[in-house]
Amino acid sequence: MNEISIAPKPKTRRPGVPAAEEPMIEIDRLCLSYGDKPALKGISMRIAKNRVTAFIGPSGCGKSSLLRCLNRMNDLIDGVRITGAIRIAGTDIQGPAVDVTHLRKRVGMVFQKSNPFPKSIYDNVAYGPRILGVRSRSEIETQVESSLRSAALWDEVRDRLYESALRLSGGQQQRLCIARALAVEPEVLLMDEPCSALDPIATAKIEELMDELKVRYTIVVVTHNMQQAARASDYTGFLLLGELIEFKDTPALFTTPVDRRTEDYITGRFG
Amino acid sequence: MITPVASGRRARERGGFRLGTGAVALLVPLLVAGIAIVLTWDSLLSVRQFGLRFWVNSTWDPVAGIFGAFPFIWGTLYSSLLALLLSTPIALGIAVFLSDLSPRPLRQPLVFLTELLAAIPSIVYGLWGIFVLVPAVRRIESLTPPWLRRLPLFEGPPLGVGLLAAGLILSVMVIPFTASVAREILKAVPANQREGAYALGATRWEAIRMALFYGRQGIMGAVMLGLGRALGETMAVTMVIGYAPRASLSLFAPQYTMAAVIANEFSEAADDLYLHALVEIGLVLFIITIVINTMSRLLIWRVGSERA
Repeated sequence: MNEISIAPKPKTRRPGVPAAEEPMIEIDRLCLSYGDKPALKGISMRIAKNRVTAFIGPSGCGKSSLLRCLNRMNDLIDGVRITGAIRIAGTDIQGPAVDVTHLRKRVGMVFQKSNPFPKSIYDNVAYGPRILGVRSRSEIETQVESSLRSAALWDEVRDRLYESALRLSGGQQQRLCIARALAVEPEVLLMDEPCSALDPIATAKIEELMDELKVRYTIVVVTHNMQQAARASDYTGFLLLGELIEFKDTPALFTTPVDRRTEDYITGRFG
Repeated sequence: MITPVASGRRARERGGFRLGTGAVALLVPLLVAGIAIVLTWDSLLSVRQFGLRFWVNSTWDPVAGIFGAFPFIWGTLYSSLLALLLSTPIALGIAVFLSDLSPRPLRQPLVFLTELLAAIPSIVYGLWGIFVLVPAVRRIESLTPPWLRRLPLFEGPPLGVGLLAAGLILSVMVIPFTASVAREILKAVPANQREGAYALGATRWEAIRMALFYGRQGIMGAVMLGLGRALGETMAVTMVIGYAPRASLSLFAPQYTMAAVIANEFSEAADDLYLHALVEIGLVLFIITIVINTMSRLLIWRVGSERA
């Protein structure tokens, strides 16, 4: 793995993954502002491959903005300015030569509110492969089945693949959205508060799924549910007002936080 | 504790409110029924004399007292469908541009202009039709190569006035309606639909297609709204259609529409049968409008239930 040298800015720590882990995503002094309102102030971190990394923090701390940088979803918003570098598997994703559609194929995303298309379950999952130019029916069929299996949804929907996806329950819809993201074979899966609209049982299923999926994918999840971060992630980063306050492996962050603000947040003194 | 007195007063108020709005809402079916009754009553002579043949008979001869509505039905449907065909792609293009592609400073002025187009009185469109559109159409017609002119679609001398001019002017009038409704529909598509497509590697065009698909029911409604407007449009069409009660496939042929013949001949209908025949054309237009609107409603519902 190529070594990145980050010249540390004064007074910023360099949180990162332990040397033993292979980094998938390297973020270097990332700043983002909406117009002249700064949302991220010099974030540097490395996200380990085949692990679940969680971002926690109070509303408006920039955790979703940070997540949306990783597949350049912020491009869609007018007036966003981004500086700094993000490398995924070694390639800078901000470069002008980067094909954004290709990047988004490599970095899948699941949203806060499940957003199935008003099509059948099958067509939802097949959408990605189809727009990427897969024409062969059998190839798409295989892909749909394996994606639904990976998302632990296959057994529930195998008999009604051609029914509207909108008839599924909320938890099933969210797993369908995961299956849809997996169908384009991404390397990284971004999840933006994927359980915030789900009941505890559906939430548990998604968390279990995250654990299974990390064998093949690098998962980055934003959550404002601290228990979820504690349960489901390997590494946790705490953000506050656009800064990465503390970032380390999850048990350590929750049991022995170094920064006072982290401690205040995870003990529920604010947030 | 809430006192029962207050809740009693509130219940009465609510009851009164319901009664009042209910009475106003009842006006709608009453009006529809009233229009149907008056149209039937005032066309009884013609209905009795011609029966159902009125719908299919092609002769319109006030002097001989023979009246058939077919050329007008044909002209209305033909010009409206032509208008729909021409206006829908353009209107959808405008709607997509305004909702998804337009640079921000351009958007509001363009939206305003689109809606302004819808507010221009149709007589003004008619004048523009006579002085600008008809000469232009005549030029196009006379430049059409002879081998094309032998086709039934382009038969006849290059007069300028005729079905093509009517269809064109109708489409210009329909575009702002369809475009602004379709834009509203596209705007109402949740952002997460486009984002969902983008997140899978969709291009901008593919994300827009997803938004169009999501809003397809409403967009169909927008198109139908345009069709409704085209069916009943009177003044502008009357001025450019050419007053020829002959059903023809040719776009270049002067024809006639139901609304146009009523507007044009109502004041000169000398005898009762003539007058009743004109009113019956109004009745036919009324029925056709209702049938087409019902059909489009059903179509929209079917698409809607597929989605649920």
